[in-house]
Amino acid sequence: MTPFTTVSGSAFALPEDDIDTDVIYPARFLLRTEKLGLGNLAFADRADLRARIDAPDENPILVAGANFGCGSSREHAVWTLADAGFRAIFAPSFGEIFRSNCTNNGVLAGLVGEADHLALMTAAQAGTVLEVDLANTTVHFGGTAIRFSISDVDRRMLLEGWNATTRILALHREDITAFEGRQRHAAPWLWTKG
Amino acid sequence: MNNTADAPRTLYDRLWDAHVVASAPDGQDLLYLDRHLLHEVSTPQSFELLRENGLAVRRPATQLAVPDHAVPTRDREGGAIREEMARRQVALLERNCREFGIELIDLNDPRQGIVHVISPEQAFTLPGITLVCGDSHTATHGAFGALAFGIGASECGTVMATQCLWQTRAKTLRVRIDGQLPPGVSAKDMVLSLIGRIGSGGGVGHAIELCGSAVTSASMEARMTLCNMGIEAGARVALIAPDDTTFAWIEGRERAPTGPLWEAAVAYWRTLRSHDDAVFSQEVVLDAASMAPQVTYGISPDQVIAVDAPVPDGPARALAYMGLDAGKPVKGLPIDFAFIGSCTNGRIEDLRAAAAVIRGRHVAPNVTAMVVPGSGLVKRQAEAEGLDSVFRAAGFEWHAAGCSLCVAMNGDSVPTGQRAISTSNRNFEGRQGPGARTHLASPQMVAAAAIAGRIVDIREELAA
Repeated sequence: MTPFTTVSGSAFALPEDDIDTDVIYPARFLLRTEKLGLGNLAFADRADLRARIDAPDENPILVAGANFGCGSSREHAVWTLADAGFRAIFAPSFGEIFRSNCTNNGVLAGLVGEADHLALMTAAQAGTVLEVDLANTTVHFGGTAIRFSISDVDRRMLLEGWNATTRILALHREDITAFEGRQRHAAPWLWTKG
Repeated sequence: MNNTADAPRTLYDRLWDAHVVASAPDGQDLLYLDRHLLHEVSTPQSFELLRENGLAVRRPATQLAVPDHAVPTRDREGGAIREEMARRQVALLERNCREFGIELIDLNDPRQGIVHVISPEQAFTLPGITLVCGDSHTATHGAFGALAFGIGASECGTVMATQCLWQTRAKTLRVRIDGQLPPGVSAKDMVLSLIGRIGSGGGVGHAIELCGSAVTSASMEARMTLCNMGIEAGARVALIAPDDTTFAWIEGRERAPTGPLWEAAVAYWRTLRSHDDAVFSQEVVLDAASMAPQVTYGISPDQVIAVDAPVPDGPARALAYMGLDAGKPVKGLPIDFAFIGSCTNGRIEDLRAAAAVIRGRHVAPNVTAMVVPGSGLVKRQAEAEGLDSVFRAAGFEWHAAGCSLCVAMNGDSVPTGQRAISTSNRNFEGRQGPGARTHLASPQMVAAAAIAGRIVDIREELAA
C-alpha cells in the first residue's frame, strides 16, 4: 500500500448524519468481483453528490456527518471512494467496520470534535483547500489548523503503508502456533476437524 | 491477557481474554478467530489478497462457505443462475473454495441458505468461540454466547491466512429487558425498541450484552433476532450468555461435539457468563411488558415508532424519501410489497408466526407478498408442517432460500416509490431497490399488513 503522509485537496462537504454504506455503494453493484475501477459508482443514487464527484479534483477530502459508513460491512464502500480519489475522510464518528476497512485500504478516517467539526464543515461548504498532515494529526485550511484523532495503530499502518496480513505472519507466527497448542488442549471440541 | 483471571469480568471480556494471541503496547490485541464464514459477495478480493502474497489458508477446517446474497430464490432448479454477473460471482466462490480447500455448501445442497442461518443450524456456531464473517450481521451468532463480529474483505483474507486480527477491545453496554411480552409483540419489536431508545449510533464502540427475564425466556430463534440487529444500534457485537436453551438447541446438530467432548464442552459453556459484580461501561433497562409492535417510518432503523403512534417531526430528508407527513399515523398506510425473510426473521419460528396470522385469509389485491426461508432446512421444515400451503393459499409467493429482498441484489427488488413492509433489518435509502420505501416490522405485522393491504396493528387483529 502507498504510505500516507501529507495530502491536500478541495474539501467535499456532506453535512448529513448516518450516511450508510448502501448509500455510498448501492447493493446492486455488489456483483462486481474486482476492487479497482469502482469510482464511478460512488453515491450512484445521489445525483447531487455524483455531480460534485465528477467535477475534476484529484484528491477531494470528505467532511461528513456523524456515524459515516454505518450499516453493511461491504468494503466496496471504501474501494469506490478510494477509486474516486478520496484519500481522507473526517467525521465526528464512523461505522466501525467501515473505519477499519479505510485503514486497510490506505484511506485516512479521522475523528474530529464537535467544535472543530463545525469549523471544518463550514470551510468545506465553501470549497476550501484542506491540507492533511497525518504525522502531526492536523488539518490546515486558510490559516487555521485543527487536530483530528486516529488510533496509534491506524496512524502507523497508514504512515508505513503496512499490509496487516504479512505483518502478522512476519511477527507472530510462533505466538499463533503456541495459542493453538494451548487451545487444542483446553477446548479439544474445536479441533476435531484439524 | 490484560486482566487477572479472578477479577470480576463481563462475558465479553472473558471471551476476549480467552482468545488473545499477543498484545501491543497501544492496547490492541491480536485476537484468535476460531471460525470464519464466507459468502460470494465479500470474499472475491480476499482470495486475491492470498494470491498476491502467495499465502495459503492456515486452517481450512475452520472455514465454511455458502452463496446467499446474489443467488436467485426462484427458477434455480439444477443450480443454474441465469443472470450472468451473479452466476460468475457464485462460480468464483466455488473455484476459490476448491483451490484453497474450503468446504462449500453449494446451491444444490439442501442445507444452502443465508450464512447466518446455516451456521447455527450446522452447529458451526458454538458458545465460547470467536467467529467472523465479511458481513455486518455476524452479530447474530452472539445469541449462542460466541464473540462474533462482521469484518471487511481485506480482513477476511487476513483471517484465512493467519486465523487472527488485531482488534481494539470495545466498551460494554448491558441491556436488561425484564417482563413478559404482550400478545402480538415479538423479539423484533424488542430490538427495534432498543434501537429506538439508544439510536443507530448508540452502541458504537460497545459490545452489547442482553440479559433479563425477557431474554432468558426467549427461544434461540428470538435471541438470534435480538443479536442480529445489534449492528443497527452501532455495536459490532451483541451477546447473550449460553444456557440450557442454547445447549438443547445445539445438541445433535451436524458439527456439534458428541460423547465425552460434548460433556466437556457443556461443562465449559456453563461457566460463560458475566460475573455478578462485573462492571459495564453503560446500562440500559427496558420493560418488555410495556412494549408495542414497532414500525420504522424513516430511512434508519432508529427512526421507529409504536404502530399506533404518529410520525414524529423527524429529519426532512427521511420524511420526504418515505413520502410521509409528521403528525400522521403509520397505521393505515397502503403497502405494495410484503417481505418475510432475511437473517433477522427467516427462521422456522418466524414463518410459523406469520402463517398463524394469515391462515384462511388472502393477500390484498395489488400487494406482492413473498416468503423467502432463511435456509433450505427451514424451507423443508416449513413444508413438512404444511406452512408453504398456508402461504400459497393466501397468495404469498414461496421462494427458495437466500438474502433476496433484504439486500435486493438477486433480481428481487421493490420499484421506485413503492412501499414495502419487511421483516429485514435495514430501511436505508435504496436498500430494497432504488427509491424503494421500506418499513421494518415483525413477521406477524408483515403478514397482517399483506392481508389488509395497509399497515395494521396486529393487536387489534388478535382481539378481533
